[in-house]
Amino acid sequence: MNKRSCIRQRLSKIVIYIALISLAISILVPLFWVFTASIKENSEFYGNPWSLPKGFHWQNFVDAIQRAKMGEYFLNSVLVTFLALAILILVSVPAAYVLARHDFKGKKLFNILFMGGLFINVNYIVVPIFLMLLGWNRTAMGLIGRGIFLDNLFVLAVVYAATNLPFTIYLLSNFFRTLSKSFEEAASIDGAGYFRTMISVMVPMAKPSIITVILFNFLAFWNEYILALTLLPGTNKTLPVGLVNLNQAQRGAARYGQLYAGLVIVMLPTLFLYVLVQRKLTQGMTIGGVKE
Amino acid sequence: MKHKGLNLFIYTCLAPAVVLFSVFMIYPTLSVFRMSLYKWGGLSAKRTFVGFDNFKTLMGDRLFLKAFQNTILVITIVTIVTLTIAILFAYILVREKIKGQNFFRIIFYIPNILSIVVISAIFSAIYAPSEGLINGLFRMLIPNWENIQFLGNQNIVMYSVIGAMIWQAIGYYMVIYMASISSIPLHLYEAAEIEGANRIRQFFDITLPLVWDTVRTTLTFFIISSINISFLITTVLTGGGPNGASEVFLGYLYKQAYTNASYGYGMAIGVVVFLFSFLLAAIVNRITKREVLQY
Repeated sequence: MNKRSCIRQRLSKIVIYIALISLAISILVPLFWVFTASIKENSEFYGNPWSLPKGFHWQNFVDAIQRAKMGEYFLNSVLVTFLALAILILVSVPAAYVLARHDFKGKKLFNILFMGGLFINVNYIVVPIFLMLLGWNRTAMGLIGRGIFLDNLFVLAVVYAATNLPFTIYLLSNFFRTLSKSFEEAASIDGAGYFRTMISVMVPMAKPSIITVILFNFLAFWNEYILALTLLPGTNKTLPVGLVNLNQAQRGAARYGQLYAGLVIVMLPTLFLYVLVQRKLTQGMTIGGVKE
Repeated sequence: MKHKGLNLFIYTCLAPAVVLFSVFMIYPTLSVFRMSLYKWGGLSAKRTFVGFDNFKTLMGDRLFLKAFQNTILVITIVTIVTLTIAILFAYILVREKIKGQNFFRIIFYIPNILSIVVISAIFSAIYAPSEGLINGLFRMLIPNWENIQFLGNQNIVMYSVIGAMIWQAIGYYMVIYMASISSIPLHLYEAAEIEGANRIRQFFDITLPLVWDTVRTTLTFFIISSINISFLITTVLTGGGPNGASEVFLGYLYKQAYTNASYGYGMAIGVVVFLFSFLLAAIVNRITKREVLQY
């Protein structure tokens, strides 16, 4: 290799590194800044935004958790996320299994229906869902004297699970299809019924896929905003909705520290999870529809 | 006897999923179409059938046309910029010997795990006029720096929103392209190298044609997610302001439905957006069709 092409290669390497590092910085710096801002005192926000905090002002977190009720919202978010995950897995695993492994009347229709569901986005149907629950509330009002379908964390969890069914069933049934028929035959020879075969033979094998599905849906549920905003119009809120409120209140009352502490509270669980399972997440993406 | 048990098993497994899916997805979707034909205001159950009147009004609605324009701007710029950066970085990370390759992949994917609400809050800190990160940085570098109103200027606000969307999307698409690029057999590149093709030639003659199918799939993702994410980000970051300058499709739908309590009109917007995104995806799918190359 001659000297000139050597220099050119060097140069292109440098350009590549500059590009990569710039993007990395543009992601890491704002995140880092949020963490430092969460321990700044309010007066520090009026100076240079790039200055480092003068000390650890933990009061921000205490204020966010108590005064801005982020602690309460955190528990709500945990509850809704876990309920939704539980419902989703209980409902989607048997359905995906049956759709992938058994032949029956109407199988094609159900497959098409769930596939079509992949194209329905929640943002389009929030309004009809809200109006439907409002209607149920009116009926409930007539029967038992109070509406129970809005402002209800359990209902929100059910809606979360229902709207993520198509994606989850799609992923899981894709996996179930790859398993060999001999597993079921062996189980049948051993005298296991259909239900036993599913629970003790097939589901354990699907564990890696189920974990991937749980990860993606955990992020989706924990971060969800529009449904939570619409279906919980009262004082019961989830973290993202609480954060937006804090963001809007902060503009008027200038309580910046509290806002960034709230931001850290919302971000931390997902970042923590990501550090633990990043490999699984970025690999799991390829078992979706886009693998060639 | 056995057969009967099997059917019972199958339908028991399927029933909960079908019920939930029908009640919370199919029925609401059908409602969108049905409601778009009604004039339906307020929370009262009073509604009148008006046929296609809502759609006629929509065509002359200046705010809706603005939202239309903004959405097309978002789809175009976000797709072109994100796709270019994501595929180039994916190519570099897979093909070049880069130190810290894993590190970059992990970092670039982070925005994708954050809530849109968190991203919006971060960008409102970045874009803020006097206490914002960008203006603060330029104030340190340039003495007489005049603060840019990233979110307050009607001409700039859409580009600020687009910036946040690109930041959010690059890592996600990069990981998709990385998976696709790394499945290309190495001997193709080796052969090209012997023939004297440089890295840029290799990218256009080997990588791009072989991942074209993935690119096409992601183009559909881009259209759908641009419509959705622009809605979520503008809702939190700008509220559609200033003066409707950053209004997008679904944001306008939401506003009509809740602030204005015109549910029928809002749903007519939903129908138009739904059809628009389907049509656009079909067109894009058609014009990007190439003969599939095998390796």
